[in-house]
Amino acid sequence: MNSHIQVRNLNVFYGKQQALKEINIEIPRQQITVIMGPSGCGKTTLLKSLNRFLELTDGTQISGQVLVDGQDIYASAVDVTEVRKRVGLLAQRPTPLPMSIYENVSYGMYIHQMRKDKREYKDAVRHYLELAGLWEEVKKRMHDPATSLSIGQQQRLCLARGLAVEPEIILGDEPTSALDPISSQHIEKKLLELKSQYTTVVVTHTLRQAKRLAEHVIFMYLGEVVEAGPAQEVFNHPQQERTRQYLEGLF
Amino acid sequence: MLKNPWKRRHIIESLVRIVMILSFLAVAGSLGLILWTIISRGLPALTWEMVTQTPKGGFYMGKAGGVLNAILGSLYLASGGTLLALLFSLPIALYLQTYLETSAWGRYVRLALDVLWGIPSIVYGAFGFTLMIALGLRASLLAGILVLALVELPIMTRAMDEVVRRMPRDLEQAALALGSTRLEVSLRVVTRQMLPGIVTAVLLAFGRGIGDAASVLFTAGYTDRLPTSLLRPTASLPLAVLFQLSTPYPEVRERGYASALILTIIVLLVSFGSRWISARLNKYTIR
Repeated sequence: MNSHIQVRNLNVFYGKQQALKEINIEIPRQQITVIMGPSGCGKTTLLKSLNRFLELTDGTQISGQVLVDGQDIYASAVDVTEVRKRVGLLAQRPTPLPMSIYENVSYGMYIHQMRKDKREYKDAVRHYLELAGLWEEVKKRMHDPATSLSIGQQQRLCLARGLAVEPEIILGDEPTSALDPISSQHIEKKLLELKSQYTTVVVTHTLRQAKRLAEHVIFMYLGEVVEAGPAQEVFNHPQQERTRQYLEGLF
Repeated sequence: MLKNPWKRRHIIESLVRIVMILSFLAVAGSLGLILWTIISRGLPALTWEMVTQTPKGGFYMGKAGGVLNAILGSLYLASGGTLLALLFSLPIALYLQTYLETSAWGRYVRLALDVLWGIPSIVYGAFGFTLMIALGLRASLLAGILVLALVELPIMTRAMDEVVRRMPRDLEQAALALGSTRLEVSLRVVTRQMLPGIVTAVLLAFGRGIGDAASVLFTAGYTDRLPTSLLRPTASLPLAVLFQLSTPYPEVRERGYASALILTIIVLLVSFGSRWISARLNKYTIR
């Protein structure tokens, strides 16, 4: 397996409570990896260890390594803003910035000084809105507030905004759980279209979504990785009793 | 299925509605009456001279002059007080939110601010006056500004506190997730979200400050001259209204109403201005 991310001996504590126990996983390059498991099992914690979001919560202790292309993102010499530029996040609920639709997409490119002039920014904004499948709906209202969009459109805007800083990795923290069915389908379709260009890691608690998206699966329970592997194998021939029970809907 | 208007719950509903409508009419009526009084009595006396000249000899007996001294004095006093209050209230509001959010101290600070808000401004004036005597200072623009800042501080701080409190937390995370530095989050995202509310808080406090007579009575004093120095006394519109209305000369009393009209126009301009500004800035904020 050509792995893009390797997690080694990762332990995470919130205060005295251990949220992740000795996590050792590999995440394949340019595939969709789905993290699944019952609520409270540490899925989101694992996801947020990948873009160094855990440290935003006070009292979090992290040990172990997260290697992206062999480089430990927790090493002291690492620039956290560069980590987060390379590892984009699609949050549970769409969180547009208090700006226009255009500025929401250009903001990230702007702070990282990724384009030279206005023309280039304009073209790039269009490109990423097209990539997220939103351009046709917003091309005549680029300067309207982002909040004037529907929730589903806002989530696609957040996708475009995240893609615009040219990440290699996209994290999705239950990115469709706040959306209506049609908008959810939209986001899922986009993730599938983009998977050949980006390493994608999605947390979900719906098994059906996991089956639709996953090429690689990580099954977690009580802060531990129970089973991980190619989706076909895990779904059809689970090795662990716990996984089998979860897939059968027993908990 | 037909509605029976004499059922008890329907009667109660109609009664409550009537009470609400009457209360609204009472409030709207009072506002209308106040405006009518100062406009009908003040407008005839509101000449160009009133707003462009200082009082000449015999002004307070009905001779020539205007209240430019009071207009400028009030603008200086309220602007200075607002600026000074802003310097303190924004850090206090941010500190309350960032460090004292859930602590007992936070509750005490908010309680203290609410108490300060409720203290009558004559008490602030008396407090300022006592302090000035102790320090050997005379009534001056500076003293007026200091006391007005104290009057405005709790209003502005509590208004900003609400603005900071309504700041969605996801917003910071969304910006951080794109690789923003903390400074970029503050300057480009948080400020943009909070600015309309902060502007409203500032203008609210300004409106309160410019209309306050009691706090500047002892501290800023009154003079017929234009304010030229921080250390000299200055006139103010609320006191101009007070002094002119309490004379026995009808033409001076009319000018008192005209001064009140000028003050009202300034306050209205400020509050419409703040509405306009915050509506424009609010276009992009996340609610």
